[in-house]
Amino acid sequence: MQETSSVNAPLLDVQGLSVSFSTDRGRVKAIDDVSFKVAEGEILSIVGESGSGKSVTLMSLLGLNDPKTTFVDGAVSFRGRHLLEMPDRELRRLRGKEIGLISQDPMTALTPVYTIGWQIAEQIRAHENVSKSAALKRAVELLAAVGLPNPDEAKDRYPHQLSGGMRQRAVIAMALSCNPKLLVADEPTTALDVTVQAQVLDLLLRLRDDFGSAIILITHDMGVVAEVADRVHVMYAGRIVEKGAAEAIFERPMHPYSWGLMASIPPIDGPRLPRLPSIPGMPPSPEAIPPGCAFAPRCRFARAACAERPPQRREGDHTVLCVLDAKEREELRASVLGEAVAA
Amino acid sequence: MVFAILQRLAQMLFVLFGISALVFLIFFATPGSDPAARIAGRNAAQETVEAIRKDFGFDRPLPVQYAIMMEKLFVSRDLTSFVNRGLEVVPQVMRAAPITLSLVFGAAVLWVVGSIAVGVLAAMTRDTIIDKGLMILALIGVSMPVFWLGELLNLVSQSRFHDTFLFSWVPGLGYKPFFDGPWLWFKTLVIPWFTLAALYIGIYGRVLRANLVETYQEDYIRTARAKGLSPSRVMIRHALRMSLIPFVTMFGMDFGVLVGGAALLTEVVFGLNGVGRLTYQAMLNLDLPMILATVMYASFFVVVTNALVDILYVVIDPRVRGN
Ligand SMILES: Nc1ncnc2c1ncn2[C@@H]1O[C@H](COP(=O)(O)OP(=O)(O)OP(=O)(O)O)[C@@H](O)[C@H]1O
Ligand code: SF4
Ligand SMILES: [Mg+2]
Repeated sequence: MQETSSVNAPLLDVQGLSVSFSTDRGRVKAIDDVSFKVAEGEILSIVGESGSGKSVTLMSLLGLNDPKTTFVDGAVSFRGRHLLEMPDRELRRLRGKEIGLISQDPMTALTPVYTIGWQIAEQIRAHENVSKSAALKRAVELLAAVGLPNPDEAKDRYPHQLSGGMRQRAVIAMALSCNPKLLVADEPTTALDVTVQAQVLDLLLRLRDDFGSAIILITHDMGVVAEVADRVHVMYAGRIVEKGAAEAIFERPMHPYSWGLMASIPPIDGPRLPRLPSIPGMPPSPEAIPPGCAFAPRCRFARAACAERPPQRREGDHTVLCVLDAKEREELRASVLGEAVAA
Repeated sequence: MVFAILQRLAQMLFVLFGISALVFLIFFATPGSDPAARIAGRNAAQETVEAIRKDFGFDRPLPVQYAIMMEKLFVSRDLTSFVNRGLEVVPQVMRAAPITLSLVFGAAVLWVVGSIAVGVLAAMTRDTIIDKGLMILALIGVSMPVFWLGELLNLVSQSRFHDTFLFSWVPGLGYKPFFDGPWLWFKTLVIPWFTLAALYIGIYGRVLRANLVETYQEDYIRTARAKGLSPSRVMIRHALRMSLIPFVTMFGMDFGVLVGGAALLTEVVFGLNGVGRLTYQAMLNLDLPMILATVMYASFFVVVTNALVDILYVVIDPRVRGN
């Protein structure tokens, strides 16, 4: 099956992914030339403000966008197989089996009229030739594995009879049901309150260790990222503007937008802030993205050169899309994050 | 769940009582008109009016009048129509009811099956030629008046092409009882069923398509697709199942009203002496006892189908089950 058998071939390799939608106002590009890789067992976190295109990226990987209005370009290879060219029949065999999705809002992610046990068993039976009762038994085991109290009774509950945290656990159990190689989690904690968030993150970490699944974790919460990610990609207006190992990004962020994100991490116990206080303004909507650096209208350090597409600069495997050179970057970062980094 | 159902049934009895009291008050206790004279009909002899007054107890208090009326309607069932020369009312309704029920049941089967097929097919082929074609057909179904469609079909099947092989099987107009021969019963009713159902297939098909398209935006549909289910399973087990909830509400209302007499036009066009026609004639003649009986009959079916729909809800939507 596996065409690329080299040892360190990534599990998922996305090259030059672009996504555009046809809307009433013509074609708009929501994702522009995005590339990233996920290794086996790795947790990659994609961060960015609301509307930066995180969900759209994930949905295009899974082929879940409406094909009539969505145009996807680029190359996505998963274990050596090309997802974008794959016929829907084949892609269906991967979805839910080798790639599991945990969606943004657990309150609406489950069909209201079926019990959670039924819904998990349905997924198992879609991919494996097992009896109903065997599938239900597996569902109970999975519910126990994600820490749902009383799993045997919980399997007969309908979604509306569970709390948000319990539903999210059920959704995670479902995503895990066929031992996927890759879990894509679209803001799995955003809709939950803080204590439940921490539990769900712990659960994801534990599952990575127990099941060995790689995880793409999408979020706009830098606190979440700091807790679990191995690598971090920062997304802004449909582009990945900075990529690097988690420590590198937190210690020496390279992009002015990342500086803003860092400066806006709320204190652990403090209230969450609705906006990013250190970055004025709003991210552009897809139809209004400027041709050069998309961040320029909000960037304190913008200059004439920023009207061109910014070059990629790198320090080891830490890369950034920005005109600032190494020396200037260090100075400006110190001026923005000085105390924060020192602390 | 059993308790919820029993509760709903009790509620239904209460509503029926309310309706009967209200209808009674409107017809027989309207100030300034003499109920006995109205029952007797136009140009009735004075003795008849007096006899009716005594018989129905119109000289006694209202609750007693109500009790007598209900006794005549439900217990002794000898409520008599004076306008219609002493015909008993209840047996007439009993004779008309199976005709209307046959008509509406058959049409309902057609329109449920037809509209689900139209809605699902259109939603699955959304924005293609098939979808657009189906929606135009549905619109045509909605906009064809029942009497026009019925007369047209009659013209074609009863006279113009009756002698060709296409329509020689069509029996003459009028109802043929089921127990005299199911096949003949079926053949008589096929065309009326289709005529009555056309409108509803159109409406329900369009509404169902719209509901399905909306449901496809829901997160749980994305979840279902992300699970790797086949498109038809996503459609039927997830999207259609959810869209059936509003569908059932609409169905309950339309079905109750049609059984209650709203299929009048179809009945008239095809010479079926059903409840709609009976009510219509009673209204023309100002035949109060008959109107009372048919209104009670109609409200009975509206209330019963509503109760059934509520019970069906409990079965199809766990969220209304409480606990
Ligand atoms: N079907 C679509 N048609 C047109 N535009 C779309 C469509 N889906 C998404 N978009 C646009 O693409 C952009 C990216 O959306 P996306 O949902 O990926 O954001 P996100 O990063 O996931 O944000 P959030 O944190 O709010 O979930 C948004 O501006 C959105 O308006
Ligand atoms: S390229 Fe220019 S505008 Fe964009 S982040 Fe760098 S300095 Fe700011
Ligand atoms: Mg999103």
